[in-house]
Amino acid sequence: MRKHIWISAILILVFALIVYFFLRPGAKTPFRFGLDLVGGTELIYRADTSGVEDVRGAMESLREVIERRVNVFGVSEPLIQTERENRLIVELPGVTDIDKAIELIGKTPILEFRLVQDETLISTGLTGQYLARARVEFNQTTNVPQVLLEFNDEGGKLFAKITREHKGELLAIILDSTVISSPVINDEITDGKAVITGQFTPEEARSLVRDLNYGALPVPITLDSTQTIGASLGEVALASGLKAGVIGFIALSLFLILWYRLPGLISVIALVSYIIISLAVFKLIPVTLTAAGIAGFILSIGMAVDANVLIFERAKEELKKGKNTMEAFHEGFKRAWLSIRDSNISSLITAAILFWLGTSAVKGFALTLGVGVLVSMITAISVSRTFLFAIYDRN
Amino acid sequence: MIVIKYKKIWYLLSVILIAASIWAVYQYGFNPSIDFKGGTITEISYKERPAKELIESKIEQSGASVRTSGESNYVIRTKEPLDADLGGEIIRQNTIGPVAGAELQSKATKAIVVVVLMIVLFITFAFRKVSKPVASWKYGLATIVALAHDVIIPTGIFVYLGREIDLLFVTGLLAILGYSVHDTIVVFDRVRENLRINQDKEFEATVGKSVNQTFTRSINTSLTIFIMLLALYIFGSSATQSFSLLLIIGLIAGTYSSIFIASPLLVTFYKLQNK
Repeated sequence: MRKHIWISAILILVFALIVYFFLRPGAKTPFRFGLDLVGGTELIYRADTSGVEDVRGAMESLREVIERRVNVFGVSEPLIQTERENRLIVELPGVTDIDKAIELIGKTPILEFRLVQDETLISTGLTGQYLARARVEFNQTTNVPQVLLEFNDEGGKLFAKITREHKGELLAIILDSTVISSPVINDEITDGKAVITGQFTPEEARSLVRDLNYGALPVPITLDSTQTIGASLGEVALASGLKAGVIGFIALSLFLILWYRLPGLISVIALVSYIIISLAVFKLIPVTLTAAGIAGFILSIGMAVDANVLIFERAKEELKKGKNTMEAFHEGFKRAWLSIRDSNISSLITAAILFWLGTSAVKGFALTLGVGVLVSMITAISVSRTFLFAIYDRN
Repeated sequence: MIVIKYKKIWYLLSVILIAASIWAVYQYGFNPSIDFKGGTITEISYKERPAKELIESKIEQSGASVRTSGESNYVIRTKEPLDADLGGEIIRQNTIGPVAGAELQSKATKAIVVVVLMIVLFITFAFRKVSKPVASWKYGLATIVALAHDVIIPTGIFVYLGREIDLLFVTGLLAILGYSVHDTIVVFDRVRENLRINQDKEFEATVGKSVNQTFTRSINTSLTIFIMLLALYIFGSSATQSFSLLLIIGLIAGTYSSIFIASPLLVTFYKLQNK
């Protein structure tokens, strides 16, 4: 029966490795913190998708357009997500000038045609608002994909004028401040159609066409909710969350050791392994940690002990019936399992539904609670069991 | 056996608390946050706090509320986004559109209903093999009564304290539901086991024995969670202070109900069906 000692040694090694690779200061994968802890701005837009057939496609290209605009803004690690059929969530860490952020995201230039003169770009007044539609074509002789643009009447006239007056010059096609291509104007074009030939792969051509067709925003959006949190406020929230966790954990450990003695100490060790694994899982998924999420995790530390308490109380009963220590613990683990399973399933149901309810704060809580419950089922049973048997076997 | 013997006293205590809670809701009404009704909440930090009247006069909106917060901050609630220049530094601002508010409200209601339904279904399923002497759905029913107890009392206390009802409040309530069921299941599981072992014993005695056997565990587990929540309440972020208070109240109510309400109810149901 020395195997428990060996397994214990391996477990300790595994936990040490997890700490080394994931949790030591400066480890590669960082924690992801919510805006309420790092400060920043969250904008929630509502898209009007009525009258759009391909809602999912429209939302995806909306997300891409907004993402490009945000990238122009130079925000580090922005998060742009679509939610359900009509919500767009933009998270801008570190940005606290809400008006500037709104202005940037709300602006709608996108497609522009500019003349290239002496390496500067001169506005022609021709923009995406004159575009009727764009589509992918394949050149009939070379079979290379190209993009066909069709202007509306007004745009067609403007395009004819530009091409007439600037023959031989370069016309840059600019999408969200990025030059997509700059072909040479060969001839006056009067039919309101232009072809962009570039070194497109079919995939690139298609995505360009989609961008152009959704030239401005693919669907109109309105700003629904905003949230700004100053960086200093976030720092305080994070620091106090940590403090609460550490103090709570110390108090909890004292209680367990004083009440249950050696088994209590083992459950504290199981709890440490629970914290290590959970934190690593938070990094790997990754779970965005918010103030509510940290609260959920702190709560789950308290709940994680439940399985051990159930087992130890059961073992105490069995001891009273006259069984020896080993038998009592064996029985304790066996009998307590059903309770642990059934009671945890109810917590998991709650966590899953909360996740579905989800604004970011609630989701954070639901995720940390759910991960916590799952991990605690593993650690409270297998880890504490292994250590417990390793110690009692030797005696 | 005290728990089962004096069950009428425990029932009475809960009934009084529930009645008081419902009265509090009726009397004071909910104080919904902008999460549910839409609006703007702004916290401004000043080096030196200006007079409240000065701030109020600068806000050109009706129905604005200005409250002090922390050492030198003001928390301002307005119906429309705040655009007056009030000086100081805005340290947080949150605007929720009326549509989003209504949407969250309906979602929150839906979530509560779904959680309760799922839990009842789960308990009926988990206890499906236990049909003698009390049908398995009655375990579910006893759990719902305990759940209602655990949700109504914290709500009543929060309304009485004048705390805001926000999305975190609903989240907290659902977490309480989850915990309360968790706690009740542990006791019921013991009943289930004891029924298998001593089939000839009186049902009342079996339930009493099960409660006694799980009593220390219930108290100890609640205590461990209580320790963590208390630390969160005292040392944690101000953003989660109300939340942790709610969970503490819910934890106490949930522990009480799983011992003193849910299990005695099984006995009451048993007696009712044998009349």
